[in-house]
Amino acid sequence: MGDALENINPKLYKKIDERQVTAKDEDEDIADEFDEREIFDLIRNINDPEHPLTLEELNVVEQSLIEIDNKANRVHVQFTPTIPHCSMATLIGLSIRVQLLRALPSRFKVNVEITPGTHTSEAAVNKQLADKERVAAALENSHLLEVINQCIGMKYITSDISGNV
Amino acid sequence: MGTLELKQTLSGHRGRVWNVCWHPKGTCIASCGEDKTVIIWGPQEPKWVTKTILTEGHTRTIREIAWSPCGNYIASASFDATTAVWDKKSGQFECNATLEGHENEVKSVSWSRSGQLLATCSRDKSVWIWEVNDDEYECAAVINAHTQDVKKVRWHPNEEILASASYDNTAKIFKEDAADNDWSCVATLSSHTSTVWSLTWDKTGTRIATCSDDQTVKIWQEYKPGNEPGIVTPNNEPTWKCVCTISGYHTRAIYDIDWCKTTGLLVTACGDDIIRIFKEDSDSDPHQSSFTMVCSMETAHTQDVNCVQWNPTVPGQLASASDDGLVKIWFYSE
Repeated sequence: MGDALENINPKLYKKIDERQVTAKDEDEDIADEFDEREIFDLIRNINDPEHPLTLEELNVVEQSLIEIDNKANRVHVQFTPTIPHCSMATLIGLSIRVQLLRALPSRFKVNVEITPGTHTSEAAVNKQLADKERVAAALENSHLLEVINQCIGMKYITSDISGNV
Repeated sequence: MGTLELKQTLSGHRGRVWNVCWHPKGTCIASCGEDKTVIIWGPQEPKWVTKTILTEGHTRTIREIAWSPCGNYIASASFDATTAVWDKKSGQFECNATLEGHENEVKSVSWSRSGQLLATCSRDKSVWIWEVNDDEYECAAVINAHTQDVKKVRWHPNEEILASASYDNTAKIFKEDAADNDWSCVATLSSHTSTVWSLTWDKTGTRIATCSDDQTVKIWQEYKPGNEPGIVTPNNEPTWKCVCTISGYHTRAIYDIDWCKTTGLLVTACGDDIIRIFKEDSDSDPHQSSFTMVCSMETAHTQDVNCVQWNPTVPGQLASASDDGLVKIWFYSE
């Protein structure tokens, strides 16, 4: 982690509305397959490693860059680093990957890649993120794991906590 | 098409199983994984059962294990940057030597045919060769020929020649120079477009099969100086040429490959959960060989298949290991 922020003033994007729960969603008899929106909800609130903002607010993740094929057990996520030489790209990709590995059933094959043309070392970062052996080794590094958990750990909504006091 | 029949599912590991290795007599297998243990499984009629669990040798994931050719030792390579050697001098397997030196994760370990040499490789990009003398292990060479993480090391079936596979998309061949006892790279096999995860020699040691993240398998043929087709051999060293690319079958990274020394069949372990078997065509030209898929076992495991290995003595018997935490024993018949 560098001491100075690489991108001091990132552009902010509007968050999408919360998902509306429909009667169909609550009907236990209807098979409810994973869709792009559900995958998006799993990763949109991951925190940026540098800024007190979510990946959604920085437009690093977008619902339109998520593809899911339930039958083939495939999830493909593209993410867009805020700047083309962002040194945090691997860490951000790793956080997305870890979050999806933890949250989704093990049958899913998860690919996390940089949106084409948005990073100077796109190929190298993609290769590292796709190498499950290196990802496994990285996750045994307690310092790195702590940083990733901090990114993934969603912020509590203060009113909920204070409401219980 | 042949058939692959599941004989038994062995559960006991917690988490991902990275590797499985047959005892040289084909009588039992060892497996290892994320749970930092080595399990030795053996038949106890009518089923295979856990014989021994080796613990406390490593502090992190055990990536690979290898039986010595005599069957009395097991070497284990770990993400904790060490390689442990276990022997059963006391009656049961104990870790009596720990080989240190790599800067980070050790990815693979292999014994030479004589059992006198051990090779290890690591994410630190190096390949180490250790000499074995009366249970003492001395580093004979540190080879820095690869430019990236080295994934696999495998000795030639008969000679003291080593092959390695790497994240730098190449495989390399190493030999000791008789003049100055120095180990150096004598050939680089480049053609894959992504990580080479594993490699396997054929029984004669004149061919190598490699598998890659680029979803292909490649067959390489050795051309010695003075070879008949007239392939140029610089420095009087053999040249290795890719004579076949098996593409269009695998849909994700191919993590392992094994060339059966008795039947000549190739088996692959793939990230798409499938085990595939390939057979060389009877009219295959050695300079432009051709292979046909004879078996594809869909959902061989419920997650990535990490390792496949033929039984060295029982033709058709196969063991596999997977991210789903299981080891499976199979039987292939034509």
